[in-house]
Amino acid sequence: MIALGICVAYLIVLLAVGLSSNRWFRGTGEDWFLASHSIGPVLLLLSLFGTTMTAFALVGSTAKAYQLGIGTYGLMASWAGVVHPLMFLFVGVPLWHVGRRHGHVTQAQLFADRFQSPALRSLLPPLLVVLVLPYLLIGIQGAGLVVAPVTKGVWFDGAGVPPWLTGLVICGVVLTYVFLGGIRAAAWANAFQTTVFLVVAAITFVLLANALGGPAAALEATAAKRPELLVRSETIAPLHFLSYGLVGLSVGMFPHIFQHWLTARSDRTFQLSVVAHPLLVAAVWLPCVLIGVWAGGQLDLPLDQANKVLGIMVARFTTPVMGGVVTAGILAAIMSSLDSQFLCLGTLFTHDVVLRLRPDASDAEKIAWGRAFVVLVVAVTYALSLLSSRSVFDLGVWCFSGFAGLVPLVLATLYWRRATGPGAVASVLATAGTWLALFLSDPGAADTGEYLVLGVMPVTWIVLASATALVAVSLATAPPDDAVVERYLGAARS
Amino acid sequence: MSTRSLALAALVVLAVLHQDAWFWDDPTIVFGVLPIGLAWHAAFSVACAAVWFAVVKVAWPSDPHAPEAAR
Repeated sequence: MIALGICVAYLIVLLAVGLSSNRWFRGTGEDWFLASHSIGPVLLLLSLFGTTMTAFALVGSTAKAYQLGIGTYGLMASWAGVVHPLMFLFVGVPLWHVGRRHGHVTQAQLFADRFQSPALRSLLPPLLVVLVLPYLLIGIQGAGLVVAPVTKGVWFDGAGVPPWLTGLVICGVVLTYVFLGGIRAAAWANAFQTTVFLVVAAITFVLLANALGGPAAALEATAAKRPELLVRSETIAPLHFLSYGLVGLSVGMFPHIFQHWLTARSDRTFQLSVVAHPLLVAAVWLPCVLIGVWAGGQLDLPLDQANKVLGIMVARFTTPVMGGVVTAGILAAIMSSLDSQFLCLGTLFTHDVVLRLRPDASDAEKIAWGRAFVVLVVAVTYALSLLSSRSVFDLGVWCFSGFAGLVPLVLATLYWRRATGPGAVASVLATAGTWLALFLSDPGAADTGEYLVLGVMPVTWIVLASATALVAVSLATAPPDDAVVERYLGAARS
Repeated sequence: MSTRSLALAALVVLAVLHQDAWFWDDPTIVFGVLPIGLAWHAAFSVACAAVWFAVVKVAWPSDPHAPEAAR
């Protein structure tokens, strides 16, 4: 009951923080969707980082480390230190310039204008929605998986809070402050949540280490019981390890990250994010991976139930008070992504569907439509979360792989003058087709879940298909209008 | 050196260091608390921050797509 009380108190404080930003809400569409481009470097850093740290980073990483060992950190976290800042610098900053210059709010608007292709405006939004849905699912599922073991005894049959109720509550809290405050509320809430989960990650790590007799004793227990977790030779092949680097490209095409980029006050607002992101990722992933590895020496949980590892470790080895604090921190990480993801879909619907049908819609109407679609998305995602049982980590990787497939498109948008509209459309179709075919062919094995295609991650083939289609079709079709290219890429250098 | 060249050179070096074949099956525990394969990658993350700091300080790009007169 104590743990539950702490979680409820945290949610109330979060709601208050999110709603307090409402005093700065200007009532305009530009403010609800883009915070009037007023976000500074610290808030941008905490927003971007908070948005990228999800159930995938906490529940998923401990689960994967329980299955695969220390290599989990290198698969995602250390690659993120390279690839994410690369995307911020070479995609985020230029897109900020382009977005401000041309007034774009969504990716579909930008690509459709750049390539003079109405087809892109129709094709891209549904694909982005489909790819974001797994990301939303892992957040809601992850919250339920963590809260249930920590609140054992509060429910009717001695169980913890059921996942369906946890999912309902967090959806309701996020929906409330996003509905009222838009992206500024999400940014403030993210800053609060990021601070909370960074502090809590450190506390969790120290508490669990002490409970297990210290890090050395915890590792000794793992070495005795599951020594394969302390190396990579028995669980991950080098080519597999290398190909995971492509998954991080997805940051270049996340619609919610795109929207946060556009809120930046200036291009130099990105500098702190470029430098600090690798350190913040390490601050979260290192303790989580270690907890998963330590769990290998403590638990007899079957590998296909690895999603429960973090919740069980917290429930078994901490006090009810700290269990509540730790769970609140995990909820912070999960919800800091949900708000931006819900909001980006509302933005996408308003600007890529409603405004095409009603170009003269007022600010009030745009905000109303954005809010309505956010409610619909939350309801659909919640319903799907009651049905899905896939590994949190693997669902996340599938989501990221789809977005990574779209990165050749954004790179061509910003850097390749010869890219054409048909080439861009072919790239989107190749991404969608390859992703769907590979996703459906994944047996979804939950024991380790590593689905490789010819020894590498499926993302490799998705990116390859997308890039090949983009280049081949662009070169086979008429060159684009020089005036349009110049508007986006500047004058050609002689 | 332009931002792009510097960042791409850094990317290549970091990608090579990321594939730490030399610690692949090494079970050594460093400082008594970290398997060496994990310690290497934690240090790698710190190195990434240092590299990006250098790129930001030395070669932050101006708007690459602005008209020449506006740069």
